[in-house]
Amino acid sequence: MSRTEFMQGNAACAEGALAAGCRFFGGYPITPSTEIAETMARKLPKAGGVFISMEDELASIAAVIGAAWTGVRAMTATSGPGFSLMMENIGYAAMTETPCVVVNIQRGGPSTGQPTRAAQGDMLQCRFGSHGDYSTIALTPNSVQEMFDLTAKAFDLADRYRVPTFLMSDEIVGHMRERVTIPDAVEVERPRPLAEGALPFEAGDDGTPGFAPFGSGRAVHVTGLTHDERGYPDTTDPEAHDKLVRRLVAKIESARRDIADYEVVNPDAETVFVTYGPPSRTVEQVMRDRPDDSIGHLRLRVVWPFPEFALKVFPNARTFLMPELNMGQMVREVQRHVDQPVISIPKIGGELHTPAELVRVLEAYR
Amino acid sequence: MIAPDWFRDDRLPHIYCTGCGNGTIINCTLAGVEEMGWKRNETVFVSGIGCSSRAPGYILTDSLHTTHGRALAFATGVKMARPDLHVVVFTGDGDLAAIGGNHFIHACRRNVDMTVVCMNNHIYGMTGGQGSPTTPPGAISTTTPYGMSEPAFDLAELAVAAGANYVARWTSYHVKELTKAVVAGMQTPGLAFIEARTQCPTNYGRHNKLRSVPAMIEHLRSHAMLVAKRDRLVAEGKPVPEGTFTVGELVRRSRPAMGVQR
Ligand SMILES: Cc1ncc(C[n+]2csc(CCOP(=O)(O)OP(=O)(O)O)c2C)c(N)n1
Ligand code: SF4
Repeated sequence: MSRTEFMQGNAACAEGALAAGCRFFGGYPITPSTEIAETMARKLPKAGGVFISMEDELASIAAVIGAAWTGVRAMTATSGPGFSLMMENIGYAAMTETPCVVVNIQRGGPSTGQPTRAAQGDMLQCRFGSHGDYSTIALTPNSVQEMFDLTAKAFDLADRYRVPTFLMSDEIVGHMRERVTIPDAVEVERPRPLAEGALPFEAGDDGTPGFAPFGSGRAVHVTGLTHDERGYPDTTDPEAHDKLVRRLVAKIESARRDIADYEVVNPDAETVFVTYGPPSRTVEQVMRDRPDDSIGHLRLRVVWPFPEFALKVFPNARTFLMPELNMGQMVREVQRHVDQPVISIPKIGGELHTPAELVRVLEAYR
Repeated sequence: MIAPDWFRDDRLPHIYCTGCGNGTIINCTLAGVEEMGWKRNETVFVSGIGCSSRAPGYILTDSLHTTHGRALAFATGVKMARPDLHVVVFTGDGDLAAIGGNHFIHACRRNVDMTVVCMNNHIYGMTGGQGSPTTPPGAISTTTPYGMSEPAFDLAELAVAAGANYVARWTSYHVKELTKAVVAGMQTPGLAFIEARTQCPTNYGRHNKLRSVPAMIEHLRSHAMLVAKRDRLVAEGKPVPEGTFTVGELVRRSRPAMGVQR
């Protein structure tokens, strides 16, 4: 027996986290993400969890990482400026293989930009924002239901790959209200425990080490410095660094087929929209308005690691069209992987593309 | 009073310079932990970045060597998520008071139940001896070649003002007193802040006519004044000798604390 409710995207995000067993939230208020913290503040204590309003976003993500190492599911939620502040510790989480979830309800930037308007301007920051080489996972909901579903899923991915995982939503989805079906229980996949006798950062065949949370008696030393399989710093040996960083990147990149999550409409189409997040809703409207098999749609629910093989689902594609709420961020990733022209349809300022705007481009490139 | 069971033998040799005071402070802290009877698998050490912050890496427990300045925020997450674990933070003056200043005052304000040991060598040690917020006025460092022109933070007073339940200051000379303070801090629910002033012969002493380690330790000893004595001088209207700093217990109280195991 599941229940159906009419709720806001940000509230659904908090509900998804709670259903997935999140029991620690550290955050700092920022529009348009604040309702997530407010919901968690109300509900986490009743669920036996801890809500703490930290002094800033650097502290929020730090506390989340600390909590995650005790074995609880932990998350924070923020928006652009706060996300920027978290970058150093996001790199730390990647380097130390700390499973945690960071929600970014994107708004217009740069800087404090447009606090109450939507954007998708942080899509490259969530992949490349911290220094050095690493890889992460990013999910992009386009509905209130997906705010629930993908938040819960983000925890599983974070745990399975021991990596900071991002829910890259935005003001539109965060603040819109829709019907959501909330299941009674969500199946949860926890990290593989560290095998008896295994070293704390010794990876199995899948590239991800088992996890021994604090208090489990394994005396794990966790450091953001380049470290060996024991977790001990080894900062000057080129091979040690090469081995570690390549593994951190490979464990995510080589799993891109397992992590991928996307929807395909009209695989025989010649003109294909590629979307993630709310621009997909406008494309859906366009396709409802003009049933036409020559128009296709690839909607990504996971953008990082980038599922380039999904583009090959459209063998007849002559043109890809990519509406984004930025000046063209993910379009570069698509261009890298196909020979056909990829047309960027950027929009900034806080509003979604109208169907007419997309139709105009569609007509021009058909 | 050395606690050999707590050391990671396979990590030696350590990175500290000959004559560095950090080892003494680690010993005092571990002696305190042993006196408390804490178990290795119930104790977590957390640190930021700096020479001082390397300490957890030499201790045979779960430990978190984090990012510069953020140790207390990480430690807050550990403690709030698992109040049954004992959390001890090692930090440096730069780590705690410069880049981490905001986390410092808020951790004290929240009065999170943990023990914070600050190895105050009055300098950014690991990066080669630049001036820090505790470099005394006039002191020479690589970024204050004409003498430090800014006033110094009094870390212990800052912790008192911000709300920590236990605050004490000693030095690497006062081994017994420092150990006792660590124990008292660990016994006090809430945040215990112990400032341990210490010698950095490499990056502080060398530039400030305190080249030898004994000279540095003697300097710490002779400039330390017990809180009671300082209070007496003040009450009697007598001048407090210049360059001295107070040592001893500055506060022990029972304000509401967070993360205390029930
Ligand atoms: C964000 C950031 N800024 C600067 C540094 C460089 N850094 C490493 S250690 C250190 C100073 C450490 O000084 P202190 O905390 O006093 O510790 P000590 O080495 O003296 O024990 C600095 C500035 C860094 N690691 N991270
Ligand atoms: S630089 Fe100073 S603080 Fe760092 S190890 Fe050497 S003596 Fe100790």
